[in-house]
Amino acid sequence: MVGVDREDGAGGLDLALVAHLSRLARLGLTDAEMAAILPQLRAILAAVGRLQEADVSGVDATAQVGGLYDVMRDDQVEPGLSAGEALANAPSHEAGLLRVPAIQ
Amino acid sequence: MSLLNLSVSELGRGLRAREFSSVELAEEALERVDSLDGKLGAFLRTTPELALEQARAADRRLAAEADPPALCGIPIGHKDVLCTKGVETTSGSRILEGFRPPYDATVVARLAQDGAVVVGKMNCDEFAMGSSNENSAFQPTVNPWDAERVPGGSSGGSAAAVAARLAVATLGTDTGGSVRLPASFCGVVGVKPSYGRVSRYGVIAFASSLDQVGPLAKTVEDAQLVLSSIAGPDRRDSTTSAAPVGDLARALQEGVRGLRLGIPREYLAAGLEDGVRGVFESACRWLEAEGAELVEVSLPSTQYALAAYYVIAPAEVSSNLARMDGIRFGPGEPQAPSLLEAYELARNRGFGPEVRRRVALGTFVLSSGYYDAYYLRAQKVRTLVAQDFSRVFEKVDALISPTAPTPAFRLGERTQDPLAMYATDALTLPANLAGISGLSVPAGFTSGLPVGVQVLGPYLGEAMCLRVGAAVERAADVWRQVPAGFDG
Repeated sequence: MVGVDREDGAGGLDLALVAHLSRLARLGLTDAEMAAILPQLRAILAAVGRLQEADVSGVDATAQVGGLYDVMRDDQVEPGLSAGEALANAPSHEAGLLRVPAIQ
Repeated sequence: MSLLNLSVSELGRGLRAREFSSVELAEEALERVDSLDGKLGAFLRTTPELALEQARAADRRLAAEADPPALCGIPIGHKDVLCTKGVETTSGSRILEGFRPPYDATVVARLAQDGAVVVGKMNCDEFAMGSSNENSAFQPTVNPWDAERVPGGSSGGSAAAVAARLAVATLGTDTGGSVRLPASFCGVVGVKPSYGRVSRYGVIAFASSLDQVGPLAKTVEDAQLVLSSIAGPDRRDSTTSAAPVGDLARALQEGVRGLRLGIPREYLAAGLEDGVRGVFESACRWLEAEGAELVEVSLPSTQYALAAYYVIAPAEVSSNLARMDGIRFGPGEPQAPSLLEAYELARNRGFGPEVRRRVALGTFVLSSGYYDAYYLRAQKVRTLVAQDFSRVFEKVDALISPTAPTPAFRLGERTQDPLAMYATDALTLPANLAGISGLSVPAGFTSGLPVGVQVLGPYLGEAMCLRVGAAVERAADVWRQVPAGFDG
């Protein structure tokens, strides 16, 4: 685990890491947008850094609160959307298929 | 006086007595939106053709059926994160401009089955992320009580429209307070059901482990009628509880005599405005006078709840919003030179600043090396928050607190400081982390601005919340007050 840089207080988040996050999350941030978002994210991370003070030894993680596990339904075929309905909102489609720019 | 000032049960009596028709009611609602919403901005679009078609059908049912549903013929609005078949649904985001869902959300379908009449789609913060409605990509909504102030968010359009009598009731969604907070700021009732009480099928996801749909209405009874319509198991949402909803109407009449109500010490800490404290203390006296026993309780993990929420919610955002790629819906960038650039252009053009912040933050806290320190730790703190509630609900029937530390704040006041905006939800978001039930009910005013009291009940404790909320409502006796400029 890399862990949280406690000296830094904001997980060591810098412009290079913001650029990496922008690429990972397909945000396409410009240089100016990255410069603007960096101090905001650092401030938020510093604030949520408070979590490090909580005593969570021996505490299980909660992912969901409904208490339901392995909810199954009957394995029955039901009508779904037609191809036309499923494609109706796509900005580009052709011959019943989504059309996308080339993967490069 | 507009018919929209009446409660659902009052309107129901008028509809059944043929004093007015559902078509006339829908036309009045649509006319009020046309003439009054320009200064409010609560609606992203009206649906006059759908409304009149549904109203004509409701009039036929009212004439033909011996006991039509309580909501038959009642004009309502849906927050724009709820899928409405064939009706544009944007979530307040440019990235979904033009999206016409091929199906209805379960909550939309259930209200339609009960004869409710949809007059439009309500403005909200983009993908329900915000506490002021200023994050809508299309327009801000203002507070009907003071046009220089926010209505609260993220279901701000839903709350403002009910307060201004442009719809009788609306649906919102509450992920960290997004129904209760605008209800408090606009002086209406808002219910956050327990996680799993209401189906999320067809609700455009923000944070899937926290989101719940809930009603906004003028009275606790109106909210109960909408909740009774939408609540209950749904085979299309495997997270819905199979437990029966039961008769929620009965709770409204039960009173609070003999109930033990807890006041969480941590919710009355620094930052609470004097005017809000004053209204809350009045509500406490009323409840005591009605025979409830009030006791101070402690929820010690409250101090970490905001931090846990702002790790967990963004993490789920970064995952849920990956589907917003401009390929299957939304304007997209089909002419981009490569697929990667198509994604980046569509998302850069389509997402506003708050959504970008949360996607980036969520991507960060989920990434290798940071996951344990942020996300896993936040999930453990979530357990502590839930355990706090479980512990106090062994001793008390419900909790009461102010819904928010302040009344509605000024437009622009918190837009430059994300952390100040996030702190708005400090008293509401712990309930989402724990999955318990809650509501906000108007209890009075400070300097002309509404103040809500929050009632929190145990998991699936909606009836208890309604019971206590109805007692506050009876004592406060404010629900017939209409903001200036929207009366008449």
